[in-house]
Formats: sequence, C-alpha cells, structure tokens
Amino acid sequence: MAFYIVQFLTGLASAASLFLVASGLSIIFGVTRIVNFAHGAFYMLGAYVAFTLTEHWSGALGFWGGIVAAALVVAAVGVIVEILLLRRIYHAPELFQLLATFGLTLMVEDLVVLIWGPDDLLGRRAPGFKGAVDFFGQNIPSYDLFLIVLGPVVLGALWLLFQRTRWGILVRAATQDRDMVAALGVNQKWLFTSVFAVGVFLAALGGALQIPRDAVHHAMDLRIIVEVFVVVVIGGLGSILGAFVAAVLVSELNAFGILIFPTISLILVFLVMAVVLVVRPWGLFGKKEAPVRRTPGLTVIPWRALTSLERLAALVALALAAMLPFVGGNYALTVGAEIAIFVIFAASLHFLMAVGGLASFGHAAYFGLGAYGVAFLAKLAGLPMIACLLLGPLLGTLGALVFGAFAVQLSGVYFAMLTLAFAQIVWSIAFQWVAVTGGDNGILGVWPEKWAASPSHFYWLSLGVAALVVSALRLITFSPFGYALRAMRDSPLRSEAIGINGKLIQWTAFVVAGSTAGIGGALFAYLKGSVFPDNMGISLSVDALVMVLLGGVETVAGPIFGAIVYKALNIWLVSQTDLSKLVLGIFIVLVVVVFPKGIVGMFESITYRRRAAPPKSPVLAAKMEGAQ
Amino acid sequence: MKLSVCNLNSHYGPAHILFDIGLEVGEGEVVALLGRNGAGKSTTFRSIVGLVELREGQIMFEGRDISKAPTHEIVRSGLGYVPEERRIFTELSVEENLEVGRQPQRPNAPHWTREKLYQLFPNLGEMKNRPGGRMSGGEQQMLTIARTLMGNPSLVLLDEPSEGLSPKIVEQMVDAILTMKKAGVSMVVSEQNLHFARLISDRAYIIERGRICFSGTMAELDARPDIRDAHLSI
Repeated sequence: MAFYIVQFLTGLASAASLFLVASGLSIIFGVTRIVNFAHGAFYMLGAYVAFTLTEHWSGALGFWGGIVAAALVVAAVGVIVEILLLRRIYHAPELFQLLATFGLTLMVEDLVVLIWGPDDLLGRRAPGFKGAVDFFGQNIPSYDLFLIVLGPVVLGALWLLFQRTRWGILVRAATQDRDMVAALGVNQKWLFTSVFAVGVFLAALGGALQIPRDAVHHAMDLRIIVEVFVVVVIGGLGSILGAFVAAVLVSELNAFGILIFPTISLILVFLVMAVVLVVRPWGLFGKKEAPVRRTPGLTVIPWRALTSLERLAALVALALAAMLPFVGGNYALTVGAEIAIFVIFAASLHFLMAVGGLASFGHAAYFGLGAYGVAFLAKLAGLPMIACLLLGPLLGTLGALVFGAFAVQLSGVYFAMLTLAFAQIVWSIAFQWVAVTGGDNGILGVWPEKWAASPSHFYWLSLGVAALVVSALRLITFSPFGYALRAMRDSPLRSEAIGINGKLIQWTAFVVAGSTAGIGGALFAYLKGSVFPDNMGISLSVDALVMVLLGGVETVAGPIFGAIVYKALNIWLVSQTDLSKLVLGIFIVLVVVVFPKGIVGMFESITYRRRAAPPKSPVLAAKMEGAQ
Repeated sequence: MKLSVCNLNSHYGPAHILFDIGLEVGEGEVVALLGRNGAGKSTTFRSIVGLVELREGQIMFEGRDISKAPTHEIVRSGLGYVPEERRIFTELSVEENLEVGRQPQRPNAPHWTREKLYQLFPNLGEMKNRPGGRMSGGEQQMLTIARTLMGNPSLVLLDEPSEGLSPKIVEQMVDAILTMKKAGVSMVVSEQNLHFARLISDRAYIIERGRICFSGTMAELDARPDIRDAHLSI
C-alpha cells in the first residue's frame, strides 16, 4: 500500500512542472490565440539557464535566486520573440503561427547544443530539500514534497492574479474580445507582450524547477510539449484550473501506467484522452467555442482543374523526370527516388490540410506505419515485395481510421495538437515495444526484390507510384467529394446545413491521406532497406508541413514543387552543416513571415493578376457600396 | 468644433462602404446619425475610432488629426465608443466590466466614478457582481454605456442605443443620455428610431448607401417629410 501512495506522490510532484508549462500555454492561447509550439523550448531554456546560474551562484539564495532569475531571463527572451516575430503573425492563419513557433523550437534545440554541449547535465540539488522522507519504509525525496505543495500554491497565485488585479481583468476581457478591449483604450500590443512574458515565465520556471530531479538535455522540449498538448486537450485550452487537474491526471496515469503496461505506458494516457474527447470534445474545463471566423486566405484564386495544355506539360515533365536514369548516377537516382517518395508524402498531407483544412502535425505517423507494415509483412510473414507494397500501407490506413475518428471531432489548433499527440504515441510504441518493433534498432534488411533492386528500377517504381498517387488525389480534389470537403473547410455550418455529413467527409479524407502517406512509407522502407521509429517522428511530420507550406498551401500543385525543392535543399544542407536544425528553423520562420504564399502561390498570384483584372460589374459594385 | 469628419472613405476588402462622409459635432452637442439598416452608420463610427483598416480622409478630434492613430490612442484621448452589439465581457462581473473601461480623469470632461454610474443606471448598482452574460439586453446596454463612461470621455459615439429595448428601458435610456448631455458630454447617436432621436438630439445627419444625404436641425428635418420618408423607415 505504501508503495502505491509513494507512486501517487511521485505523480503529484511531476504534475507541478507540467502544470506550470501547461498553464503558461493556456494563458498565452487565451489572449493571443496562438498555440505556442515553442513553449517546450522555453521550458528547456529555463532548465539550461537555471543550471548555469545555480552552478555559479552558491548557497541557498544562489540556488533559489538562480531558479527565479532563469525564469526571468527566459521571459525576457520571450518578450523579444513576441516583439520581433509574433507581432507579425497574429493575423496570419493558425497553421503559420504553429509552424513559426515550431521553427523557433528547432532553432533553440541547436542553439542549446551549441552553448551547453550535447551531453546531459546534472544540476545541483535544492538546498534544504536534499534528503528523503521515510514513509512506511519507502523513501520520498523531500524535493518532491516541495513540488507537491508548489503546484496548488502557483494555482492560487494565478487565480489571485487574474481575479484581483487590473491586469488580470484586462487579460480575461481580452480573452473574450480583443478588439473591444482596444476600443476601451487599452494598448493591445503591450497587453499581448505582457501575457506572453508571463506564459513564458511559467514555462521556464517549470523547466528550472526540474533540474534537481532530472538531467538537463536537449530533447526535453519535445517530450514536455507533447505531454502539455495532451494536458490542455484533456483540461481544456484556456482554463488554468483545467490545466491543473489534467496535469495531475496525466502525471498519475504516467506514474501508474508504468506499473500496468511497463513497455507502453503512454497507452493509458491515450485511452483517457480518447474518452475525454468523446465525452467532452473541448476538454474537462474548456468551453465549446463558437465556430471561429476563418482567417481569410492570403489570396483568393479559385482552384481549377488543369487545362489540356497544362496536362500535356505535366506529362512532358513526368517523361523528362523518367529520363534521369540515362543521365544521372546511382546517387542521383537514390536521391530522385527519395524525392518522389516525399512528393507522395507531401501530397497526402496537402490533401488533408489544404483541401480538407485540417492541418495535421503528426502526419508522419501514417508514413511510418506504412513503412512498419511493409517491414512486418516482409520480415515476419515473408510475403513477396508486391504483396508487401500493396498490403503494408494498410497499417497506415488502420491508424488513420482509428486516430482520424477522434481527430476530426476537433478542428484548428486542437486538431493539430491531437494529431501530434497521436503521432508521438505511435512513435513511442515503436520505440518502447522492442520485442515487436526492435525499438531504437528498428527492423533491418527490408530489401527490394531483384526486379526492383537496381537504383534505376526503383527510381522508376517510385516515380510511377508518385505520379499515380498525385493524379488520384487531384481527381478526388475535383470530384464531388472534394467539393464537399472544401465546403466543410470553408464553412462547416453552411455545409452541414445543405446536408453534408461533415465529420464523415473529414474522416474519409483523413483515411485517404493516411493511406497515401502509408504508400509513401512503404516505398521508403524498401528504399532505405530498414525502418526506424524516426520514420514516424515529429521532425518528419514537420518536414511534410514545410514542404506543403513552401510549395504554397493555397494551391493545388504546391506540394509537388515544395517537396522537390525542400527535399533537395535538405539533403544538400545536411551534407553541408551540423546545424541543420538551426538553419531549418530560420528557414521556416522566414518562409512564414516573408514568403507565406509559397512558390506556386507566388507564381499563381503573378499570372492571375496578369491574366485578369476582372472587369467590375456596375451592379455588383453598387451592391458592395450599399453593404455595410 | 469638438469632432469634425471630412471626406471619410472606408473599405472592407474590395468593397467601398463609405463615400466622402462629412460631419461635425460642436462642444456639448448631441447629434443624431439617422439611417436604415446597412446604411453605413456603424461603419462610420468604426472608422472614426480606427476599427476599420482601410479608411481615408480627415478626422479631427479636439483639433488633433486622429485619422492615422490606433484605436486605443483615439479612445484614450477622450473619444468614447459604444458599439452596437454591446459586446459586454460576459465572463466578467459588472464591476470588472467597468474596470476594463477605466481611464484617468480628463480636465475637459466630466469625471465618472462607479458610484455616479450606479446613480445614472440604478439597475447596475443592484447587480455589481453578476456576470455580464447573465444580464438582460437592457441591462447590458446600460453596462456598455457605463463602461465607456468609465474612460471619462468628452465625446461619445453611441451606436443604436435604443435597438431591441423595451419602451420602459428606452425611457430610462433617454433620461441617461440627457443626464450625460447635461454633464457636458458631446455625443453622436446613431438611430433608426426618429422619435427617440428627436428626444435627445440638437441636429441630425441622414446617411444612405454610405453617403450623407441630409444635414440640419431637428426642426429642419421635421419640415421635410419627403426626406424623412425617402430615407428613414417609418
């Protein structure tokens, strides 16, 4: 019994940091409507800066002062980020905000290694809390008891801040109606900046307080951000009390999940999250939000099917691409096959996020599932390659069927957070379930059969499949199903009012996207001859997002160009520098801020403007004048 | 002149909404802006306080050009705005709603405190801690005016204060507006209801399809039934 109580207390202690980070994320989201992906990075920075400060400052005052000073320093960094970056993207579509803050995360990951080195750092123990308390023969670190008390104290302090101060009242008012607050004479800019600073302070404090418990390392940002997303999805984004309750819940599930399913402890958290989402889609303490006004697109250029001339041009381009084996060497062919595979992957994500309006931040899960599907069939069942290629992607289909059913209950940032959490769960299963998946060692020796083994044959195979998949997705986009999907994207209420079963349409789109991603993954497994958990990792999901964004999220042909340019750049970049994350992060932020229409989008805007300055009909103009 | 608007043009995206709007408000004056639904009354107000992104023209408030200033600066300089849809902070109590509107005292404008506002709108004084979301439409309308007065404005833009209110509340509203006027607050009141406008205003403008098509005293307007019937839905 004592053991379980100790386990429970350990869970409570872990909840403290999780709550700090999650409440910070919630506060920032409430006012700015930005889900700050970089919140994990600020948490990590808090830990690193606290490590350095507490090493330099001695004594109890040095330690506790170092913790608080670290949080303040990181909050100051947050203010700079808000002023330089976020202020430019408050009015951008939420996808861009998520991507820009993710770009920040990537930059911080490399910067941290650059400054503090790649090794784990062990911080000082907290003065006054170095020992352990004996509890019926079990030891509880006294620092854990400190954290257990700290959680509710912070909750109370935040409550007072928001209920009893003018600043808190303004923040709560802005959470509901930003423009009205401005219309009452409040400077929104500085309100936003101060809110962001407070949110970042909480995240950094959460990180700083971890140093006596855990080693400081450069991957702690992703782990916490996934858990925080789970917490805010369960607790309800925007609710501080919800963040507290959900943080305790998730930490306890983790603490006891290890006892029940030692290898796949995340399953328990996932199951609870699934139940919460079914019962209360907006979280335990969240409120159902009115359907958000959609941010108008960057450009309004109607999509159209290809003209016969353009179709011809596409065929010529395909034929030219098929000539590569006659001019390029083996390395060029391998790179070419990889690019073709990523065209499939990007096109599948584009179908979901651009046609369906559902920006998935965990699309690599289905790519990776397709790859593992092939590996299982080839290695365990010993099926021939053709059968593997046809059946392997079905694992991606299956994943999309299950996760998609939950994910499409939500939209916008909730959808993004949930898909990311699902992907991370799939990743951790692949990582932890060593007996089946090989864990970190992956599954090796998935080689293509003789007929496809030569680089040129495999290149042709990949190119052919890519052409088929892209054509099929295009066909669906311009089919009645595609119209219904786009209608749901643009106006869920109106589409449902004309009889479209929106959730079913979106679920179907999710499954289509997951299956096609699985096809890409299946080919990828044969290209590399092996599968690893990283084939479903977050960075791969983000690669796909950047490809779609780079090509132009509001275009139909964007992902093809985005994938080709990005993948080629990426392969070249990795060969050139060790700081590829830093460069990639800067690249993402620049694309979002400077170049949000993407390659194809820019091109289309130019030709569209040249082709048609549409003559204004006098009647229409008069109507517009009258409209308020 | 307290407020003078000259050649104001506003757009929502590609749609041109307001055409060369001109209007003036003297010190302590109450001016009615009359017009049908969709004539451009609210857009005129939103343009004056800078909530419409695309606006051109000159807007002078107390001798200062505010046509390029951001919303919060305009409001802080003493130009209060009461929006049509009320936009009460539903999660906040009456007191907290008032707190959001609070601004420092101004030498050239009456100074309002919570107590004075509870006298002006006795209903509000009885529900200081009630969340804005659990108030009737009339109470919300009073709260939204009181909230703006907490900023101690010298001029208030009141967007359709009588809309959707019961006759009894409308009477209270007339009294409140006359009290504000007596205290020295200049006002522009947009209205569809001519009777209401007549009770409170000195002069009137009529707006139709984004253009001002009449300007004069209330007596002049009453002398022109043709204009009244053409542009106001009575």
